[in-house]
Amino acid sequence: MQAMTQTPHTTLPASIDDTLKLLGSADYLADRPLATVLFLALRMGRPIFLEGEAGVGKTEIAKVLAGTLGRRLIRLQCYEGLDVASAVYEWNYAAQMIAIRAAEAGGEHDSARIQSDVFSERFLIKRPLLQALEPDPAGAPVLLIDELDRSDEAFEAFLLEVLADFQVTIPELGTVKATHPPIVVITSNRTREIHDALKRRCLYHWVGYPSAERELAIVRAKVPGVNEALSAQIVAFVQALRQQELFKSPGVAETLDWATALSELDAVSLDPAVVSDTLGVLLKYQDDIALLEGGKVKQLVDQVRSELRAAE
Amino acid sequence: MSKLNDPEGRLADNIVHFARALRAAGIPVGPGSVLDALEAVKAAGIGTKDDFYWTLHAVFIKRHEHSMVFEQAFRIFFRNRHLLDQLGSLLAPPEPGTPDMPQPPEDVSQRVMDALFSGAETVQRDEEQVELDARLTVSDREVLEKKDFAQMSAAEIAAAKEAIRDLVLSFDEVKTRRLTPDPHGHRIDLRRTLRSSLKGGGALIDLKYRGRKTRIPPIVALVDISGSMSQYTRLFLHFLHGMTDARKRVSTFLFGTRLTNVTRPLREKDPDEALAAVSASVLDWSGGTRIATSLAEFNRRWSRRVLGQGAVVLLITDGLERDPDERLAFEMDRLHRSCRRLVWLNPLLRFSGFEAKARGIRSMLPHVDEMRPIHNLDSMRSLCQSLSGTGSHADPRLWLRKAS
Repeated sequence: MQAMTQTPHTTLPASIDDTLKLLGSADYLADRPLATVLFLALRMGRPIFLEGEAGVGKTEIAKVLAGTLGRRLIRLQCYEGLDVASAVYEWNYAAQMIAIRAAEAGGEHDSARIQSDVFSERFLIKRPLLQALEPDPAGAPVLLIDELDRSDEAFEAFLLEVLADFQVTIPELGTVKATHPPIVVITSNRTREIHDALKRRCLYHWVGYPSAERELAIVRAKVPGVNEALSAQIVAFVQALRQQELFKSPGVAETLDWATALSELDAVSLDPAVVSDTLGVLLKYQDDIALLEGGKVKQLVDQVRSELRAAE
Repeated sequence: MSKLNDPEGRLADNIVHFARALRAAGIPVGPGSVLDALEAVKAAGIGTKDDFYWTLHAVFIKRHEHSMVFEQAFRIFFRNRHLLDQLGSLLAPPEPGTPDMPQPPEDVSQRVMDALFSGAETVQRDEEQVELDARLTVSDREVLEKKDFAQMSAAEIAAAKEAIRDLVLSFDEVKTRRLTPDPHGHRIDLRRTLRSSLKGGGALIDLKYRGRKTRIPPIVALVDISGSMSQYTRLFLHFLHGMTDARKRVSTFLFGTRLTNVTRPLREKDPDEALAAVSASVLDWSGGTRIATSLAEFNRRWSRRVLGQGAVVLLITDGLERDPDERLAFEMDRLHRSCRRLVWLNPLLRFSGFEAKARGIRSMLPHVDEMRPIHNLDSMRSLCQSLSGTGSHADPRLWLRKAS
């Protein structure tokens, strides 16, 4: 509701179609549901919570948003044990100690004075969350909180506080509040459930694997060196692979890597030998690779070929 | 809402009703979300039905699992004209060949239906009945039986609770990478050091330290509820309910011929209500066992979601797999490699002459860290001690050596 009172930045997209076009201009081919969520998040000033398997382009969304809107991208990579000192701010202790020694050598003995000198913005090291709250001439930055599921619950609770009011309190300095809230993108690989309280403040979207049609468009946009027949075969093969009972299905990132790999190898069409040799680009678990050994690759390649022939 | 003019006012009413229907269908939708939804619809404008759908979806849905219920509720709610057709298609019997779906669509439909037309559709209920019968004929291996948990005696409950209290007091903690003030820590805490030294004017620097914080690791319980285990299931569930109550992160899965996640039902405060909720969500009580299939499903669908951050897995089964093959060893191996500690709780150990002779047991044993008995309160107590890290080590290799 807070967002309704504030005038939106001029470069923000005005409709869902605009959002689609904006993402498309940076070669990010989103489906309409995703564009709807992004559009709403931008309009309502809400954080976006993106969940999905690894390699479906969650992180990329934040990068594309920052790039197309001309905003600064601030990235906070989460890990276990992430704390306020590395997420929000830290004091530059070495410089502080030198300043104290210098003040004493200069004959300053008023401890209150030293204290206020030492805890000033000069000695403050700003970490991503604090940086994101600062005003920026290009407009509020895009804050990417990546892989939130890797951090622990304590940090999640802290984040809840920051996202509610977009403000941070530093005991020695006071409260820092964002004049324009940043565009927040949170991603999670779902290695644990994020607490409902945090999700409630966000607009949620599950990023799934793309349809064959969209994946083909993505491959052609991102790896232009691959000929049309091969790219169709690549996408059909990956889509068929996702139907198998794999421990980890290949994501879009793997598809793009594979397309690049095949074009580096100067392949003109898929054949079982080339697929078997490059399977490690697509599948990252030995069990999954073992599953495809012994004729399974040939079977899938044949299936893909006959499907494509039927579609012609 | 006062700003909205009349046609939008009707839309607002519809959204409020829709939110209520979602809530009744089990999707947590707060009053705040309704206001958000109105705001979102105003921002996006009412374009195509698809845009409207995804606008509401963005606001109301916070979990991937809820998408399916939302889809059906939306379809029924905003297409009243074709209601009868919709009901017809929703109640079509499930296609054969997909009986292992964890959340069968027909179940969800019934939830949605109940929420939207609470109680009025008696005809639908009859059809549902028929469908259940059909399921029985499809799978003759499964005995679909509703368990009655009501007969647990007061003494049993009290004793189980006592055992659980021991568990809470235990010190099974793992070190995390988060640092916390600790006078015996090994890292200097410069922030506190500087702050305290400035209090005294900065002349004295009294070093403060930090150490690594410890935390209780998550527990994941996989409980066999097949026929051969039926006399223990009730007690185990009480045990796990107490554990869920006392600790933060406990996930519980039940398996017989299929895998069911009962973590949410077990969170009910009252043990009887919790067990009733569990009983309602499980379809394969006291049927056969397919350990390998169930473990495979757990590994594929759940292991990456619940086994993070150093989880301990409690596998409660007698290991009597109907048709043991190499898949069982394979899935056990994968499970073992995905968790920090795999404890097998086997009630068969109550027999003093127990030997690891059954093929299923022999193929599972090499992949567990510990095998312990779990048939009475004594063994539960020793499990609690073992979880606290002070108990004796129950090496599974001893059993293999004895039997060979």
